[in-house]
Amino acid sequence: MLRLVGRRLVVAVPGLVGVVVVTFLLNRALPGDPAAFFAGPAATQQAIQEIRVKLGLDRSLPEQFALYVRDLARGDLGRSLTTGQPVVSDLVARLPASLELTLCGLVLGVAIALPLGVLSATRPDSVFDHASRVFTTAGVSLPIFFTGLLLVYVFYYLLGWAPAPLGRLDAFSTPAPRVTGFFLLDAAIARDAATLAATVRQLMLPAVTLGLFTMAPIARMTRAAMLGVLGSDFIRTARASGLAPRTVLVTYALRNAMLPVVTLLGMIFSFLLGANVLVERVFAWPGVGSYALEALIASDYAPVQGFVLTMATLYVLLNLTIDVVYGLLDPRVRIEG
Amino acid sequence: MSRVLRLTMTLLALFGSIATAGPAGAQNRNETLIVVVESGPNSMDIHGVGANRPAYQASWNLYDRLMTYGVKTLPDGSKMYDYNVLKPELAESWTLAPDSTSVTFKLRRDAKFHDGAPVTARDVKWSFDRAVTVGGFPTFQMKAGSLEKPEQFEVIDDATFRVKFLRKDKLTMPDLAVPVPVVFNAELAKKHASASDPWAMEWIKNNDAGSGAYKLESWKPGQETIYVRFDEWTSGPLPKLKRVIVREVPSAGNRRALLERGDADISFDLPPKDFAELARSGKLQVTSHPVENAFAYVGMNAKHPPFNNLKVRQAVAHAVPFEKMFSSALFGRGVLLSGNPIASHTYGHEFFPSPFKTDLAMAKALMAEAGYPNGFETTLSFDQGFATTNEPMAVLLQESLVQIGIKTTINKIPGSNWRNMLLKKEMPLFLNAFGGWLNYPEYFFFWNFHGQNAVFNTSSYQNPEMDKLIDLARFDSDPKKYADDVRGFAKMMLTDVPRVSIYQPPLDVAMQKNVKGYQYWFHRQLDYRQLEKQ
Repeated sequence: MLRLVGRRLVVAVPGLVGVVVVTFLLNRALPGDPAAFFAGPAATQQAIQEIRVKLGLDRSLPEQFALYVRDLARGDLGRSLTTGQPVVSDLVARLPASLELTLCGLVLGVAIALPLGVLSATRPDSVFDHASRVFTTAGVSLPIFFTGLLLVYVFYYLLGWAPAPLGRLDAFSTPAPRVTGFFLLDAAIARDAATLAATVRQLMLPAVTLGLFTMAPIARMTRAAMLGVLGSDFIRTARASGLAPRTVLVTYALRNAMLPVVTLLGMIFSFLLGANVLVERVFAWPGVGSYALEALIASDYAPVQGFVLTMATLYVLLNLTIDVVYGLLDPRVRIEG
Repeated sequence: MSRVLRLTMTLLALFGSIATAGPAGAQNRNETLIVVVESGPNSMDIHGVGANRPAYQASWNLYDRLMTYGVKTLPDGSKMYDYNVLKPELAESWTLAPDSTSVTFKLRRDAKFHDGAPVTARDVKWSFDRAVTVGGFPTFQMKAGSLEKPEQFEVIDDATFRVKFLRKDKLTMPDLAVPVPVVFNAELAKKHASASDPWAMEWIKNNDAGSGAYKLESWKPGQETIYVRFDEWTSGPLPKLKRVIVREVPSAGNRRALLERGDADISFDLPPKDFAELARSGKLQVTSHPVENAFAYVGMNAKHPPFNNLKVRQAVAHAVPFEKMFSSALFGRGVLLSGNPIASHTYGHEFFPSPFKTDLAMAKALMAEAGYPNGFETTLSFDQGFATTNEPMAVLLQESLVQIGIKTTINKIPGSNWRNMLLKKEMPLFLNAFGGWLNYPEYFFFWNFHGQNAVFNTSSYQNPEMDKLIDLARFDSDPKKYADDVRGFAKMMLTDVPRVSIYQPPLDVAMQKNVKGYQYWFHRQLDYRQLEKQ
């Protein structure tokens, strides 16, 4: 098991190196001059040139790249111009917000889509099957920011049921002392029910927005996989042996149908981390997506590079996790890495 | 399965009960102000490299200056600062030397920094030395008031501080009350200074070293800033608001929704259309002030063909669809500047009205005179960061120019690259705006039209005659001569038209009806000290 993990990590290294090179070059290709931004309003050409030298922007690309790699090795991702803080501390502060939201959205999506998929598979082409198809397809076909804005408009603006879309906590709550950075966990650790409740309230609309978006692929994939498994020989044998329908469905069929679903979940999770950008903007969610977007608009190289690098690392870890989960679900996969 | 079902039901019930519980810890809403902004500060230090505009607001409220400006009430009952009146802040009084070569400030003896240390003349000296030394924006701004060298600042004793004048400059005193010359807690700052960072730039950027009416409670860059009142503040009447929360909400639609639902108290950052609609609906207070010493304009590059041709520039000036631009981009908010004959101008602080009116026949005739009867092709650039107003204006201008033969391609430039483009001074035709803090025409002209060719002289306009008048006006003390200078250079701008002024932009603010005391400031930031909720 450990060897598998180790080997997978080694294989990921060339990919990460590629990401470092590509983000570096892409950022340099963007228009905009950080020196002009840094120099401030009334700057002269000379002042800007001085700052350019200070930032190392006057050097050749290979030299700049060497400097960048050197800083990277020291764990220094540079400094953001828009927040004025080191990129590392910004990312550390913001990544839990994105992960918490994405995970909640995914869990919500799975909680609804998985039963929908299973039930559809047991009653193919019934009214329920069609209804579930319509419901999930509607969720995925609406653009994610539109769903977000619509939910805010209906549940906050018109009905007043949801709290103000003001990020992770309303203006009058203070977060629990930081342990993990995940507000739900931190509040639970601090046994602070009021903050936990406030966190859940803020999370609901954005998580539903993301959840709606993930339902369709999960439900469809579960249905297809279940149909395949339910038609196979071992299920027929199980049924013939007189096992309870629930045991057949959950213990035998679902577990075997989970493989493609887990693969899909991994893909959806990584996709959601990206799609988060729009949801984060709509809900003023202080995550990494909106951070990278703001930075991109301001030609702020360092945060964008830091963001892409973090995402790449996350994907590597995610794929690794999925491989491990495979092994747990289906011992046959465990043999080769 | 039944166990799973039961667990799910329990979880759902728990979730439901949490979700419907009342808002947690509702503190006294009336003593807390919630401000929603599009983007927040990137520094707490106005002297910091690259400090953005929201950073000015943070600095203005956390720090005190020696003096501040008075307040005047306008005919419509709204309030604004009074640039003619300087009032004590950290200094309780000041005296000009009889020979007008220096000014001596007496500091308040009871003034304290947020850590309890008394404010002394040494702190003032350290802070002013810092402003003129660190370079960049603070140094430029100090220079505008002839405050250039540390030798000008002298500590007489703990409570007495002197500023020696380099030359007789009427902007020196007003420049000491703008946001830049703030007073830092020098002893505290020095503890965090190092050989490579003698001015503690790194520490002050993230921390509060002030004596202002508000203390920094917490700052999460990109998310929110929270201020609490400094109860021992003595440099003015104690503010009413105990706490101010500034939240960053990137979506303009949500900022409006928050205001309308009563979850936010005040915001500057809405598109003109929203302000117009909110003002009409009457649910909120919407206050609007034309920004002083500012206008939005069509700029032309006076150095390169074809716009180095005066007739072409005049033709464009007659082709600008002023009224359409004003009504469709700004929804009629602000002040339209066109159609005022030069003769009717009152020069002085209101020198911007422009004589031009949309007159396509005249514009066509001027194009023919200029030698371009068939027109030409060019690009029209604007800052995409302000696309809400710039985009409709650019399209309207494009439509109008095509009728006099000027075919334009619209070039949207990302906000981050705009300053860079202005610096290059290569854009032939563009939309832009400028506003000066100090409300003096010569100050505006010095930055915008003087031959020194500052970045704001976007047209690369060069006119030695005008330079002479601007320099004279800066230092002329005879009011009659001064008025002549101003009239002279204003007229040159209107006949040479390196740029065509369109409107004076509005500073709009939307707030709940129970928010009182709002006051317009030249720095266009919110001063929490005057606000209260009833």
